Amino acid sequence: MTRLSALGLCLLAPLATAAADPAPERARELVRMVRQDCGSCHGLTLKGGLGPPLLPETLREKPVESLRYTVLLGRHGTPMPPWSAFMNEAEADWIVRRLIEGFPEETR
Amino acid sequence: MKSLLSILAAVLLSACAAPALRGTGDLGLVIERASGSVAVVDNSARAILGRVEGLGDLSHASAVYSRDGRYAYVFGRDGGLTKVDLLERKIAKRILQAGNSIGGAISQDGRLVAAQNYQPGGVKVFDAETLELLADIPAEFGNGKQFSKVVGLADVPGNKFAYALFDAGEIWVADLSTPRAPKLTKFRGIGSQPYDGLVTPDGRHYIAGLFGEDGLALIDLWKPEQGARKILANYGKGAEKLPVFKMPHLRGWAVAGGRAYLPAIGKHEVLVVDTATWQEVGRIPVKGQPVFVMARPDGRQIWVNFAFPDYSQVQVIDTLEQKVVQTLSPGKAVLHMEFTPRGENVWISARDDNRVVVFDTASFAKLAELPAQNPSGIFFTSRAARIGF
Repeated sequence: MTRLSALGLCLLAPLATAAADPAPERARELVRMVRQDCGSCHGLTLKGGLGPPLLPETLREKPVESLRYTVLLGRHGTPMPPWSAFMNEAEADWIVRRLIEGFPEETR
Repeated sequence: MKSLLSILAAVLLSACAAPALRGTGDLGLVIERASGSVAVVDNSARAILGRVEGLGDLSHASAVYSRDGRYAYVFGRDGGLTKVDLLERKIAKRILQAGNSIGGAISQDGRLVAAQNYQPGGVKVFDAETLELLADIPAEFGNGKQFSKVVGLADVPGNKFAYALFDAGEIWVADLSTPRAPKLTKFRGIGSQPYDGLVTPDGRHYIAGLFGEDGLALIDLWKPEQGARKILANYGKGAEKLPVFKMPHLRGWAVAGGRAYLPAIGKHEVLVVDTATWQEVGRIPVKGQPVFVMARPDGRQIWVNFAFPDYSQVQVIDTLEQKVVQTLSPGKAVLHMEFTPRGENVWISARDDNRVVVFDTASFAKLAELPAQNPSGIFFTSRAARIGF
């Protein structure tokens, strides 16, 4: 099982590593979007609200790929909407990885 | 002679030190969500009088008022409940009452403050004077091992509170006439995922909006034995729903001139319902997905703001014409609107532009711009006298 998911990660890895981090200005926009707009359901501090917490300890065990697709495509049967109109796959991936390691604060 | 002089001096000194007497009828609060502070504002002078800091995480914070309009009870996301003295501009009392909270209400008699919580799911009731915990009502459902997030808490006549259980699809009415021994009436199977609720201005009907299906659940509080019924069922029939980037909010302000104006979920529409029959009588197309649909106190206009990404505009519906007559751009990320008590002005918060903008509701002229740190909710003390606020 672990080997399978490791294999899955290897197959995905090219996409993830090929994608460069967003430019600083775009990164600031994405941080703001997560804190403020995702925050309206998940909380400004991402500790959860109507939506579940988005803290490292709640996300760490979950596969990056499924988290990325939750961001892009939403989750059927829940209020989670798809965000694919506002970010590309690499940006969603960047957001998910930042969430897993502890999401940055907004810089003012 | 000497003592007379010193008495005179003392009288003069104390007259200088004492603050000018004033009422609170034209005061209010603006939530500054990122900095954990509230701005105390004067809606006659259109000015910020000062700030009170140290209120914790104020994302999605809301406030209710004591009957005398002196104290605001501010409910923070982090479970903080803060009693703010508007006149002294300081925190009178503050407690952490839950892990994750979403709002609250004050009882008809003004003696009880109730908080609705996501974590742990339920309602807690406090003494309005001391913030002492009087009742803890977990939102248990199913086999009693699950607890639902609570939404749509509203005070209703009889010192009761009505609210909805998001995860359970239930509406509960808690009778707090004996505060330490609440009596619950539960309405089950009211619909899927109630997201917020409102009580009509007369206190008779409680309505919960549903996210998991089209329609709203209605309870006639004068005839609770009739149970809950569905209104506006299938309003989205046959049409593809748009993704919802922000949950709409419901309050009793949506009722004007015998009609209720309600946000359609996943649609660029305001739904219009006749409050005598509770039948749909119209739909008004608007610019985005409505979040707040608020009637001016006289009921002649309905002001609407929108969810991301259409949240930098506000539209005004004329209730005689039943259509949009004005579109304004107050700033980026409009989160909330509040009318002055008799509706001649409206205050609008533009979060990303760090300002609150005041408009004349007759001419739509911009009257003032006030600086505020990421402003969200605006709450005037006139709420103190209204049921459901």
